[in-house]
Amino acid sequence: MDTKKIATRDAFGEEIIAQGLANPNIYVIDADIGKSCKTTNFMKQLPEQHLNVGIAEQSAVAVAAGLATTGKIPFVVTYAVFGSLRACEVMRQEACYPNLNVKIACSHGGVTPANDGASHQAIEDMGVYRTIPNMTVIMPADYYSAKKLVAEVANTYGPTYIRFTRDAIPVIYDEDTEFEIGKAKMIQDGKDVAIIANGDTVRLAIEAAKVLADEGISTRVLDMHTIKPLDEEAVTAAVNDIGKIITVEDHNILNGLGSAVCEVTAELGKGIVKRVGIQDQFGESAPYERLLAKNGITVEDIVNHAKSMQ
Amino acid sequence: MKNTDVSELKKIANELRQSVIKMVYQAQSGHPGGSLSAAEIVTALYFREMNIDPQNPKWEDRDRFVLSKGHACPIQYAALAKRGYFDESELSTLRKEGSILQGHPDMKKTPGIDISTGSLGLGFPSATGMAIAAKRDGKDYRVFVVLGDGECQEGIVWEGAQVANKYQLDNLVIFVDNNNLQIDGTCDEVMPNIDLGKKFAAFGFEVYEINGNDMEQVVDVLDRIAEKRDSGKPKCIFADTVKGQGVSYMENQCDWHGKAPNTELYEQAMRELGGTL
Ligand SMILES: Cc1ncc(C[n+]2csc(CCOP(=O)(O)OP(=O)(O)O)c2C)c(N)n1
Ligand SMILES: [Mg+2]
Repeated sequence: MDTKKIATRDAFGEEIIAQGLANPNIYVIDADIGKSCKTTNFMKQLPEQHLNVGIAEQSAVAVAAGLATTGKIPFVVTYAVFGSLRACEVMRQEACYPNLNVKIACSHGGVTPANDGASHQAIEDMGVYRTIPNMTVIMPADYYSAKKLVAEVANTYGPTYIRFTRDAIPVIYDEDTEFEIGKAKMIQDGKDVAIIANGDTVRLAIEAAKVLADEGISTRVLDMHTIKPLDEEAVTAAVNDIGKIITVEDHNILNGLGSAVCEVTAELGKGIVKRVGIQDQFGESAPYERLLAKNGITVEDIVNHAKSMQ
Repeated sequence: MKNTDVSELKKIANELRQSVIKMVYQAQSGHPGGSLSAAEIVTALYFREMNIDPQNPKWEDRDRFVLSKGHACPIQYAALAKRGYFDESELSTLRKEGSILQGHPDMKKTPGIDISTGSLGLGFPSATGMAIAAKRDGKDYRVFVVLGDGECQEGIVWEGAQVANKYQLDNLVIFVDNNNLQIDGTCDEVMPNIDLGKKFAAFGFEVYEINGNDMEQVVDVLDRIAEKRDSGKPKCIFADTVKGQGVSYMENQCDWHGKAPNTELYEQAMRELGGTL
């Protein structure tokens, strides 16, 4: 594994320019945090495809919906907490209900806005959007997969939420690994436990699998970058092949990846799932790794769960 | 505590500025620009105007203070510490794990914070609820709010304004910190705030225009407003300010919205403010 670290918001900033250059219908709608969400270069290079509506996230999504009715592909860009919660009803009514091609692309997913405190940490965003019909909900695990998935989002019709990290996270994949929306990426196969993770926690799943290997436990690691539509086939296979699943996410354990996986396993009527994620509690100002640790989102915790399942 | 000596208030504002710089430097994160632009406003409120009791932060009859532009909390924390709500040594814990001083105001962790803020646009409409409660409960406390000019682009600000008008909240005083800067540029560039003062007037506010970094003017306008206590109208003090005021390299610089100085720049800022390192 490459030990290089890059924030996935940087991947977005780069890839959205490539997409904008390739397709004049790609628009970026900023809401006064373009600098932080890495769209400044897009604005400079493609000013005709760029808008900044000010500190007004609801307006941003409504404007995007209008643009989408004319065939444009607008990306509303803000922080995850505002792009999901402040803008939510506008997205539901004006984009999801009419099934318009509006994208919301957010930095500061999960607890990565660590020292800003709870007001800026987005722990409910993916769950909220997962509940709305027609939505696609994604969190890439590293720089390269973020670029690939941004390209996929730009070229796949439908309302979509994609979130990125503020902080730099390890690069996991090669530049030419391919990703498909709704299709889990198997990072390694194994037979004793399956760890299904997404976003910035995939790196923890990989680390945990290494530790477990040393202890003779063989682990299947899945990067479930898309929580909706969920790759039910991959979950079903994990249940049938292994039956013991740990989900890991930088999101509330309610209604995110863990919940989505549980829905599938419950309906299959077999398999056990341990959800690792934010313990349905607000965060605080603290270093990012500490916030994860306070919620039991660490390599050690994952390893312990895996062992106790054997 | 009614401090009427303007030169004393100016001195305090300068001390609070030093605290802001030191705090943000020690945290190596936080928002200096918008904290400095509001220094005179916050000082005049905490050290002269507001009827508050630092020993009893939850006193029911206290005046309320809502920092709707919550990212500027370092200036409020500095004022609260100096007024004795908590020990000044807490300031060095800003944004650190376990601190009572969160990255954005948290009413459950910090004595003296009347409501949690940080998501722009929401503090002001919540303040109208506090002002309505005062009227319904027959209490004569007032509610003071500080809004950013960029913040006024949020639609909910105007939903708050219409509530203030309908319920004749003459006990509500809002300051607009009109520094013409937000994050991606000047307000004029990002989203022109055409005639912001007139907009509040159109929403039924009595509007007073001042230079918000001139302590004489801040004190004077608060005196004038106090006389109009029962006018039946909410008050808007439209305060022209300089973002980063008091630290030369931060003044009017967008880049100093949410960034901490390095050691060299920290020392320069403290020298300019006449502080000790
Ligand atoms: C709802 C919401 N959207 C975006 C942000 C990110 N943000 C923090 S401060 C800021 C700019 C604020 O500008 P202004 O209100 O003018 O404050 P000041 O210039 O006094 O710092 C933005 C966009 C936020 N905190 N809340
Ligand atoms: Mg401003």
